[in-house]
Amino acid sequence: MDWNLLITQVLNGLQLGLLLFLLASGLTLIFGIMDFINLSHGSFYMIGAYFCGTVVSMSGSLLAGIVVGLVCTFAIGAAVEWFIARRLYRSDHLDHVLVTFGLILVFDTLVHMIWGAAGMAIRLPDVLNGQVSLGTLVLPTYRLVIITSGLLVAAILYIMVSKTRLGMLIRAGASNRTMVEALGVNINKLFLIVFAIGATMSGFAGMLIAPITEASIGMGNEIIIIAFVVVIVGGIGSIKGAFYAALIIGLMDTLGRSYLDDVLELSMPTQYAETAAPALSAMLVYILMAVVLAFRPQGLFPPAGSK
Amino acid sequence: MKIIPKLVGSALLATAMAGAGAAQADSVKIGFVTTLTTPAGVIGADIQDAVNLALEHIDNKMGDLDVELIMEDDGFKPDIGKQKTDKLVKQDDVDFVVGYIWSHVLLASMKSALDAGKFLISANAGPSKIAGTLCHENFFSTSWQNDQTPMAMGEYLSQQGVKSLYIMAPNYAAGKDMVAGVEKTFKGDVLGKDFTKWGADAQLDFSAELAKAKASGAEGIFVFYPGKAGGAFIKQYQQAGLQGVMPLYTVFTVDAIALPKLQAGGLEGVLGSKMTQFWSPDLDTVANKKFVDGFLAKYDRYPSFYAAQAYDSIMLIKSAVEAVGGNLDDMDGLRAAMKAANYDSVRGKYTYGNNHMPIQNFYLREVVEDDQGRWTTKIVSTVLENHQDSYAAECAL
Repeated sequence: MDWNLLITQVLNGLQLGLLLFLLASGLTLIFGIMDFINLSHGSFYMIGAYFCGTVVSMSGSLLAGIVVGLVCTFAIGAAVEWFIARRLYRSDHLDHVLVTFGLILVFDTLVHMIWGAAGMAIRLPDVLNGQVSLGTLVLPTYRLVIITSGLLVAAILYIMVSKTRLGMLIRAGASNRTMVEALGVNINKLFLIVFAIGATMSGFAGMLIAPITEASIGMGNEIIIIAFVVVIVGGIGSIKGAFYAALIIGLMDTLGRSYLDDVLELSMPTQYAETAAPALSAMLVYILMAVVLAFRPQGLFPPAGSK
Repeated sequence: MKIIPKLVGSALLATAMAGAGAAQADSVKIGFVTTLTTPAGVIGADIQDAVNLALEHIDNKMGDLDVELIMEDDGFKPDIGKQKTDKLVKQDDVDFVVGYIWSHVLLASMKSALDAGKFLISANAGPSKIAGTLCHENFFSTSWQNDQTPMAMGEYLSQQGVKSLYIMAPNYAAGKDMVAGVEKTFKGDVLGKDFTKWGADAQLDFSAELAKAKASGAEGIFVFYPGKAGGAFIKQYQQAGLQGVMPLYTVFTVDAIALPKLQAGGLEGVLGSKMTQFWSPDLDTVANKKFVDGFLAKYDRYPSFYAAQAYDSIMLIKSAVEAVGGNLDDMDGLRAAMKAANYDSVRGKYTYGNNHMPIQNFYLREVVEDDQGRWTTKIVSTVLENHQDSYAAECAL
């Protein structure tokens, strides 16, 4: 057993999990509190990456890119809530799906028109492009940055949700929306804030991953499906559930990709194992979702008091 | 009741026009299937630019016939590619179906074109099956069989005395062929292999695989990642600190599409990296000089190998149409003319094997900076001379 490899892979899984958490936490709140299915949540992920990339290429500063990107995704998120989502809360889920799917096409085409089809590379400062050595373990610096920022945002979100008045309202909204409305809380304002914060976190995830994979059209559509799986496995409306489910799925996916072919080779010829392993590791998350839905349909950590 | 004579009149006119069209073909219809949407659309855009340049160079004429080009987008999906091919042969009734970046798209679409009695010309994809058991008299390639380019790389690695290799490729038809190719000629040990998820939702984060590669302690890493995955891979390869530890050898990964972006991203690690290819912008032939200079002047960037193959496909068709004097019904004549490959290819002279795959040279290329500071590739040496793919024997033609 190569322990260094195992530790590296666990950290890689953690990194993927935290990115998924950034996406899924917004998604689960919007889904849980507003009962709104937002397929276009992944579009903010893409938009964040493109804004950040544009500012980085103009100013040369990654920090400036991230700040501008966060502000822009917050504003666009708020605009989408104000002009579009707000009108749909009382419609049924099929309408949400149709409209937000339309939004995906609109955002993808807008990005195509503005930035072109080629995608955008984001240049990292040299400090972040290097590696960090911990004993015999050598890790890419930027991966550690992603893990740290992800944990930081998770901590901020935890404090916000569990210690502030806004967080109290969010939790109340996730458990029983009708009661919150009946108590006279300005639900429109709450929805606007939650939607925009969700969009911002999604955008932040996009900015973090873009220096690794490049910003490209439709990048959010690829990951949003897994983010929905995270929401369902974690329990709809539950931040805590989204956190644990994202980590479980991130680790499962990464470790599956790393070790599944070795495991399969024990029971079948190498040439089949190397073809079956990537297919199977891509399926693992959906198998997990099916198992959770079968035995615990409310998710692993449903919000308190929800039915 | 004035409307009835009008209807009859226009119906008659339509029939007359249709009759005139059938009597004398006045144009060569070329249906071109490529990928114009999804991030892979940048490859299609490069191909489209090359086709337009080719048509400009021939004044849109093949002999006395005008060229009518119909571009279709396969959306990177085999089912859409097949649908578009059906549309081209049934609705547009084209004379030549050309294009296909992706092996899985070509495999799904070939039957539609060939069963309709059309010529099918691959301007990129070269899956092993089409070169072997599924070969067809009306199929031609202006590119290569998938295995050949990695075979050249394996040959080079063996010559260099590289003893062990880690291999990564996407999990689809061409990925399998590329890996099979390098394993055919590489004499050292393969310490590990990863096939990653491919398609519109392809895997782009290679952290797990790179960690495995590093732990394997191989002397080099061989990858095949066309399109945007290539840029992502090289970035992560550099971030993982493998540069200088585990040299990178690629096929179809570092190309004229990726290089400007890698340069913008400041990824100096790719300079000097080696790859094999049947062509390079600096290849010294008259046709290539005209093509590369024309491309640089018109689009202000180097053409990719995809562009070179697409340019050649138009020239190949032109040579055949002119050989039969514009009589497009002469299928045997067109076939024989194409088989002769009697045109100025940008790669220089080549011949066709029994399976209509080119028999051609493969070169070792290196990434360098040109005199204007642009990153491009330069030929270092010839690795395989007049090389024929290894599936030709399985072809009954």
